[in-house]
Amino acid sequence: MDFAFFLIQLLNGLQYGLLLFLVASGLTLIFGIMGIINLAHGSFYMVGAYLAWSLASMTGSLAAAILLGVVLTVLLGVALEWLLIRRLYERDHLYQVLLTYGLILVFEEMRSILWGDDVHGVPVPALLAHSIPLTENLSYPVYRLVISGVCLLLALGMYLLIARTRLGMMIRAGSSNRDMVQSLGINIRLIYTLIFALGVALAAFAGMINAPLSSVFPNMGGGVLIICFVVVVIGGIGSVKGALVASLLIGLAETFGQVLVPEVAGMIVYLLMAAVLVWRPEGLFRKL
Amino acid sequence: MHAHGRMLNAILIAAVVALAAFPLAGSTFYTQLITKIMIMAIFAMSLDLLVGYTGLVSFGHAAFFGLAGYALALMVPKYEAASLWWTLPAAMAACAAFALVTGALVLRTRGIFFIMVTLAFAQMLFFVFHDTKFGGGSDGIYIYNKPHLKLGETALLDLEKLDHFYYLVLVLLVAVYLVLRRILGSTFGHALVGIKVNEHRMRALGFPAFRYKLAAYVISGALAGMSGYLAAVQFGFVNPEIISWHQSGAVLMMVILGGMGTLYGPAIGAFAFVMMQELFSNQAWFGAYAKHWQLAMGVTIILVALYLPQGLSGLLQKFGRRKEAAEAEHD
Repeated sequence: MDFAFFLIQLLNGLQYGLLLFLVASGLTLIFGIMGIINLAHGSFYMVGAYLAWSLASMTGSLAAAILLGVVLTVLLGVALEWLLIRRLYERDHLYQVLLTYGLILVFEEMRSILWGDDVHGVPVPALLAHSIPLTENLSYPVYRLVISGVCLLLALGMYLLIARTRLGMMIRAGSSNRDMVQSLGINIRLIYTLIFALGVALAAFAGMINAPLSSVFPNMGGGVLIICFVVVVIGGIGSVKGALVASLLIGLAETFGQVLVPEVAGMIVYLLMAAVLVWRPEGLFRKL
Repeated sequence: MHAHGRMLNAILIAAVVALAAFPLAGSTFYTQLITKIMIMAIFAMSLDLLVGYTGLVSFGHAAFFGLAGYALALMVPKYEAASLWWTLPAAMAACAAFALVTGALVLRTRGIFFIMVTLAFAQMLFFVFHDTKFGGGSDGIYIYNKPHLKLGETALLDLEKLDHFYYLVLVLLVAVYLVLRRILGSTFGHALVGIKVNEHRMRALGFPAFRYKLAAYVISGALAGMSGYLAAVQFGFVNPEIISWHQSGAVLMMVILGGMGTLYGPAIGAFAFVMMQELFSNQAWFGAYAKHWQLAMGVTIILVALYLPQGLSGLLQKFGRRKEAAEAEHD
């Protein structure tokens, strides 16, 4: 493996890992703060990708589609939390699993009714559709670098939100003692709604920006969901920092696995998870 | 309570008699459908041991179901039939072994973690069969010859025949129910329920909670394997879909829909679930939307999670209790 090839795989692995982080961070926040296991999280990724495709073909611009799509998915998140998720806070995880599993079926069939079952490509915006040459015959697409950059910015934004703002303080407090926070006069319900909508929008956003690379196809959310579960298990529940570390770890492991040992590439992440479970059953990080 | 138990036994015996008589009257289609339902009932009861009694919400139970199916497909020689006497125990043993290894890992976690990790291990198995040649890839493997069941040289049952297979499944369903009831009536079974309610207290009382949970996990996995084996025999092929998380979701739904922690509830749930599938995908009734039957299924699942937490058997019990109370008042 020469250096340019290695560099390409490294960048691909990081980009994939950062994308996973966007989905997994919402998942881990919803687990950690609201105590909700959300199987439908992968569906939001799928909804995002389909929104990007349909809105981009309507407006002719991926940027406009993403902007519009984010607004729509935030509204979707607020509506879902209001209508359904809210009723699950006091309930056993079992019912959370069941209800959100039902949601997956609903989303998947709605997708089939509204958008059909075909695979669609989404063009990379013309402005970003070139590559940076690395050697004579190897080059790296700019769009992938842009995705990584945007994901990094969002990760930084999320860190600042949680660590440095008043809202972040309420979120942290809410995750450690819900009742105490409420009795101090903070509207924890509103915070839960915000967190859920944020998680939905982040997952959908990941689906949107990745649509030009992955294309758009039925059941695309399932694979992402399960990988993100592995991320959360490795990183530690409710830990955004853990989600970042684990996402990058898995992104790199899977990318290099596919190049070096393609026969067992599908299993690598699960073996990694098993190893972490033996070593630290609670995950690598335990704090928000 | 005893009157309640006697009544339940009477109903269950009546149900078994009705099932035993069914192939005499039912068409081929419905005999096959009921066979499928009974197989799913075994699957759902095996999960009830974990979810309903031990408090372990597994979202990866399809792993055992699929593993046993694949075990059969790989054990059967291509052009001749294998014996059920050793393929069924071997398939169940494979599941027990898989449960022992993964159980030792997944039981280190609890709550949400447990749900995710069981799902992840099932998905790992999915990829093992999906990505490798020996598992036939995404196309799966055909099982051309159903296993034979002989005593010495005489064939006891011919599983190619619909009703023979039906009765085999019925006998196994009853056997699994009785075995599980026996297990749950033992000290071990009571300890499992104790672990569900308060694991710390059980440990303080000197029960080795981890080993008990692992034992329950292994038993449950082996019984799920039995149902997966039977399903593979019935359909004559296996593919990775039988390990998919939709299968794990479906069986969990059967347990809740019927009423967890009752054993017979999940069997009712299996019946209701498969019947709903048939209903929602009925083209004569739903026309073009029959293709989208999962939408109605999804909405039903959401409604059950919100409004029917104790399932159908909980509904019946509530009704029965109200009646009992009314009668007591009358006296």
